Amino acid sequence: MLRKRLLTVLPFILLAGGVWLLPLDWLAAAPQTRQVTLTASQFAFDPPILHVNRGDRVILTLQAADVVHGLYLDGYDLQARVEPGLPRQLEFIADRSGKFRYRCSVSCGSLHPFMIGELVVTPNDTFIRLAGLALITAAGVLTYLRRCAPGAAYG
Amino acid sequence: MAETRRDALVRWPWLRRTLTSRLWSAAAALITLAGFVLAILAGLWGTPAGARNFGIVFVWIVWWAALIIGLVPLFGRLWCAICPIPAPGEWLQRRGIVQQLPERRLGLGRRWPRRLRNIWLQNASFLLVALFSMLILTRPAVTGWLLLGFLVVSLALSLVFEGRAFCRYLCPVGGFIGVFSLLAPLELRVKERGVCQQHSPKDCLTGTNCSYGCPWGVYPGTLQRNMHCGLCAECLRSCPQDNITINLRLPAADLWVAGERRLDEAYKVFIMLGCALLYSVVLLGPWGWLKQLANLETWGGWAIYAAGFLAVNLLVVPGLFWLTSAGARRLAGFPLPTRRLFIDYAYGLVPLGLAAWIAFSLSLVLVNATYALPVLSDPFGWGWDLLGTAGVHWQPLATGWLPGLQAAVLLAGLAFSILAVYRIARQHAPRASTDQAWRASLPLTAYLTGFVLLLMGVYLG
Repeated sequence: MLRKRLLTVLPFILLAGGVWLLPLDWLAAAPQTRQVTLTASQFAFDPPILHVNRGDRVILTLQAADVVHGLYLDGYDLQARVEPGLPRQLEFIADRSGKFRYRCSVSCGSLHPFMIGELVVTPNDTFIRLAGLALITAAGVLTYLRRCAPGAAYG
Repeated sequence: MAETRRDALVRWPWLRRTLTSRLWSAAAALITLAGFVLAILAGLWGTPAGARNFGIVFVWIVWWAALIIGLVPLFGRLWCAICPIPAPGEWLQRRGIVQQLPERRLGLGRRWPRRLRNIWLQNASFLLVALFSMLILTRPAVTGWLLLGFLVVSLALSLVFEGRAFCRYLCPVGGFIGVFSLLAPLELRVKERGVCQQHSPKDCLTGTNCSYGCPWGVYPGTLQRNMHCGLCAECLRSCPQDNITINLRLPAADLWVAGERRLDEAYKVFIMLGCALLYSVVLLGPWGWLKQLANLETWGGWAIYAAGFLAVNLLVVPGLFWLTSAGARRLAGFPLPTRRLFIDYAYGLVPLGLAAWIAFSLSLVLVNATYALPVLSDPFGWGWDLLGTAGVHWQPLATGWLPGLQAAVLLAGLAFSILAVYRIARQHAPRASTDQAWRASLPLTAYLTGFVLLLMGVYLG
């Protein structure tokens, strides 16, 4: 029974490994330099979502529209503070693909903890792979139940 | 069945000694009550900056994370045993904190109305709190008034009704703790049912000279699920037959108890799923206009938000699940009404519901945990530095790992939920046919996978 269970699960583990290692570089666009102005105001960023390609050189002009704000970019550990009328320029290479949240890092009022924007670095292979893993998990569990559940009629 | 359970009180005699004394729960409740009162005081008189206020940081980040990521999955309703909200009312009812004073109960001691003996009120109170969550999570004063309100209502109900009426029928937190405690690898149960059947009177319900009757109104002799057992251990103290114990068991054992599935609890599951999704979109999403609607900046805007919030929780999530259950019924050829399947399969969503809340809470706690250090030194935000940590700056933790962590939790919840719906489906199949159960699981798996992909889209997409 244990052998049968392992043989049932193994293809899905291999498939999951394949999805995780699958090269997705062919989805990537050529890197370029992007100049973006990001305006922070209570309690949102404009634009709320930034799309860049992996490898892009991003020159970010951060400005505050009302009070002092900050920026912390998840995954990149990029941090800055900006005062109204004094824009800051930040530069980084978007070398990690996926979705990364940027947050206000200076307490700016009641909704400050939820002042969040999103940087999406495409191809978003993390999401593609994990969504694939979800489908493989579902298919794997169903197959396991079909073949190996106690009293299974098949296999 | 028996081989999947281990008697924790036999394995750890110190646990028995601890639980048979009321001292531990009273001491723990006094400690949590001190923290609770501090949260109220800080909320009402401390700084309005939430990130610097003990009321916000310790209630909605520290306590919440400890509850949803640790206490509930591992220990079920253990929090209810040490919760500060019902403690003052219970002590008043008993006219004592530790010492037993029989025949001197305070209050009217009325029974809770029969028509309200369900968790519909808890569903409503949770939704009410959830609708105002943007205000509650960000305004210390609102949190302060809310906590004070819980305390006052609980106290008032203790003086009118017997036992812990607030906890069992009204507490917005108690409802979902109850549902998620079905998954816990821990349970309080009787050792032998026959002993209870033959023994009269029922000391566990009525109390004795050295113990109180179950404040939750639960009869351990027929107890099969953690849903309403607050783990207060009064029955352990009162049982003259030494027939009560605490078992370690496989997680989720209560999900297979077929006879006690109910629509009100099924709706609690849908509400928890819907709220996990909506909170992730509204609170963690990039859409400022949505946060403004939730923030009650205009009544009209909030009304639109509230209508959408309620529609998702009460119509969309359960409505789609009804269609899924109907599909499962058709595919499997079950002769049962769709309503029955709709209720039963909802319990299969519980693992994914907990996973969704853990995924959401991970984001909340890892990003904001470092606020706890300065707040410990300066709970009111008045410029104190009691422990020398007031100057610690905010630093999000492990944000690079966070999406992967959330995805892993969701995948585990997905696998667990598919196994659960299949096992429930086997209870519907004549002679527990695996083929019919498997076919019923197909649309249910599609529903579960769709929900996971939706949440992954919010966190990672």
